[in-house]
Amino acid sequence: MSRFSELLLSAVLLCGSPGAAEAAGHFPNLGRAATPDEVKAWDIDVRPDFKGLPPGSGTVAHGADVWEAKCASCHGTFGESNEVFTPLVGGTTKEDIETGRVGAYIRGDAPQRTTLMKVATVSTLWDYINRAMPWNAPKSLTHDEVYAVLAYILNLGDIVPADFTLSDKNIADVQKRLPNRNGMTTKHGLWDIKGKPDTKNVACMKNCTSHVTLASSLPEYARDAHGDLAEQNRKVGAVRGQHTGGDGDAVATVNPGVALMKSQGCSGCHGIGNGIVGPAFRDVAKRYKNDKDAESRLVGHVKNGSGGNWGDIAMPAQTQVSDADVTALIRWILSGSPEN
Amino acid sequence: MSQLPARPGRIRRAPEGFLSPRDIREVAAGRRDFLRNAFVAASTAVAGSSLALAAEGDPAILDLPEHSKTLGRPVAERPYGTPSQYEAGLRRRESPGLTRVAQSSVSFAPLQGMFGIITPSGLHFERHHQGWHDIDPARHRLMVNGLVKEARVYTMDDLMRMPSVSRIHFIECGANTGMEWGNVAVPTVQYSHGMLSCSEFTGVPLSVLLDDCGIDLKRAKFVFAEGADGSSMTRTISLDRALDDVLVAWGQNGEMLRPENGYPLRLVVPGVQGVSWVKWLRRIEVGDQPWATKDEAVHYIDLLPDGTHRQYTSLQECKSVITTPSGGQTLLDRGFHNISGLAWSGRGRVKRVDVSTDGGRNWRTARLETPVLTKALTRFNIDWVWDGSPAILQSRAIDETGFVQPSYAQLRAVRGTRSIYHNNAIQSWKLAETGDVSNVQVF
Ligand code: HEC
Ligand code: HEC
Repeated sequence: MSRFSELLLSAVLLCGSPGAAEAAGHFPNLGRAATPDEVKAWDIDVRPDFKGLPPGSGTVAHGADVWEAKCASCHGTFGESNEVFTPLVGGTTKEDIETGRVGAYIRGDAPQRTTLMKVATVSTLWDYINRAMPWNAPKSLTHDEVYAVLAYILNLGDIVPADFTLSDKNIADVQKRLPNRNGMTTKHGLWDIKGKPDTKNVACMKNCTSHVTLASSLPEYARDAHGDLAEQNRKVGAVRGQHTGGDGDAVATVNPGVALMKSQGCSGCHGIGNGIVGPAFRDVAKRYKNDKDAESRLVGHVKNGSGGNWGDIAMPAQTQVSDADVTALIRWILSGSPEN
Repeated sequence: MSQLPARPGRIRRAPEGFLSPRDIREVAAGRRDFLRNAFVAASTAVAGSSLALAAEGDPAILDLPEHSKTLGRPVAERPYGTPSQYEAGLRRRESPGLTRVAQSSVSFAPLQGMFGIITPSGLHFERHHQGWHDIDPARHRLMVNGLVKEARVYTMDDLMRMPSVSRIHFIECGANTGMEWGNVAVPTVQYSHGMLSCSEFTGVPLSVLLDDCGIDLKRAKFVFAEGADGSSMTRTISLDRALDDVLVAWGQNGEMLRPENGYPLRLVVPGVQGVSWVKWLRRIEVGDQPWATKDEAVHYIDLLPDGTHRQYTSLQECKSVITTPSGGQTLLDRGFHNISGLAWSGRGRVKRVDVSTDGGRNWRTARLETPVLTKALTRFNIDWVWDGSPAILQSRAIDETGFVQPSYAQLRAVRGTRSIYHNNAIQSWKLAETGDVSNVQVF
């Protein structure tokens, strides 16, 4: 702060008049005031007290349409999918809605934690869907679509009825029905800068324990699941890596096609063996197995975008990819997308 | 590649450069015959040269290598230098099956092969939620708004003209070691602790920018940081931290940030988990309440045994790990070894690190290598002579507040086993008679 007062002082001196020392803009000619439109364009956050929530509304029924068109491919029709991310819906009960505590945690029988089992503030979902979903086209939804699709998700969790219209007017009431709304605590030592730790070890030096019990060791499959560890260590120095994984370095032998599909962004929408938004690459190869013109046609489809061949969702033009890379990718896809 | 058997234990079979499982058994059994055989083979290999016939010793010395007898390569052949071809194994890697899509995933830094405290920028761990971008810095803007006298916009030109500081800090993902909460799950320190890096960051203190906008210190309690990527990653930071040592940084290890690490601008929140170090930083808002954004309300929350979640867990508590030797490695031989590792604390400096080779019965204090900096990785080393018997290696760090890194039993007693985040338990590596090191947990 003292450095700052020096700067302030020099700014005042530079300006020549003490009156020029405003409370903002202390570095001559660095930065400028934001225009109201600029702030509006970027200040999209919505807080738990709904500060920042734009007016609007959407029905569960409309939400179901938005969901089917823009979300279901990754999250499943009922938000249950585990393919791309953990499920959004499931694991909450009527009783949870009443108490605001998810019973599965208390009983300890939750097989997995869905979004609705965790989220304690409905603003979180509105804010996140608005800023980041759909994952492959963030910030493309209208405000009413966000209300609608959120209403649909909440209906899947029986938090709102099927004929519900969610709006800025009633969202605070919905908040009172979130299954885990009372499930969070901020009373711990890992938030505040002066927070107190919750574990207390002592630095014993001699004869600290009478016997050491091996509680857990690495299962054989886990040892082999990370490729050849010998290839992941330096080949000079104090140690060497152990030979594991059987067939060599998992990473070094990856087919360039796999690397390319990741680096060019295809993997956000396509899996090799599984479809995401677009079809699995192996299904593409199967469909065009005997089609001689497939290569040039598919190159065109990827470069210019295409739709209607696999479903309702279109592939946007992949203009970021060079012609050479598109051709390499299509050849690799048509050859069955070998992984190494 | 073959080496002088000045002490037989130093020779290795050429050209692979590692011991086969059979060789290791031989070493463990104290038999060194095969090493002598290797020496004979190496001598035969150079028998064609008259020098070798006359002289006795290591062909790596006696038979001058090509690089001693030829002209090397020119300057600037590689305008941006890259590591030696022999270092290709040390790279960031994904843990198979951990995540479903590569744009919301993690790559781990190869701690098992690193020295000192600085992470080479190309090996810095990665965690993105919606993929990374290489953003044109000329089009990047930082906006500060909210409880300030004047909402302001800065270009990169503006920011980089400001009075900057350079500081070395660690960054650790809150989920580092998260796979190990319940039991041992991964083979090496890369996967168990590799969401950890340490760099010198250069930037302007956030407090300077907040002052420049005229922050309303009467009402302000929190700041909010937001990224420019698709996820527009957002986190709430308490004001005491924001005014303490947080930086708005563009520099990393003497160059600009790498795109994967937020080029051209990121927040540096020393001592706090990585998710708060918002990358591709586009906006800071000052407010009077936390925001409960997705990655502080639904993720990066810690599930306790009683079924509540701790929210806004941010601090990375004192922790350490032995990196050499570590899981998945094999000791070349009995005899002298330098046990080496890393220690760090989100609360300040590391004061001391103790090392045990008997599973925590007895401890010896390790040497801390300089520099020992606040909220930075600290390298520790300790001498050790391995007699060939089984051992369990552990390190235990203590920070300047006196906090002692907990054991798994102590951590689980408070937090259970169902959490994902903030596992700072003492790590154990089991050393078998064969020289093989593996990941274990002990009580
Ligand atoms: C291309 C695949 C894809 C599509 C399409 C998609 N999502 Fe997602 N969604 C994801 C991924 C991946 C994540 C996790 C992102 C992360 O790791 O931060 C996610 C996260 C979420 C979350 C947060 C869940 C949590 O627990 O953190 C919500 C809510 C969500 N999506 C809703 C939607 C909605 C609504 C739509 C449609 C408008 C949609 N998604 C479309 C892939 C997708
Ligand atoms: C934003 C999501 C998205 C991305 C990114 C994307 N695709 Fe697609 N892709 C799709 C969808 C959706 C379809 C199905 C379109 C249809 O039904 O015709 C598709 C179809 C395809 C097809 C089959 C085309 C046909 O006519 O049968 C190929 C081949 C393909 N994609 C390759 C790629 C490659 C290569 C990349 C990366 C450079 C890529 N895609 C990136 C969504 C995407």
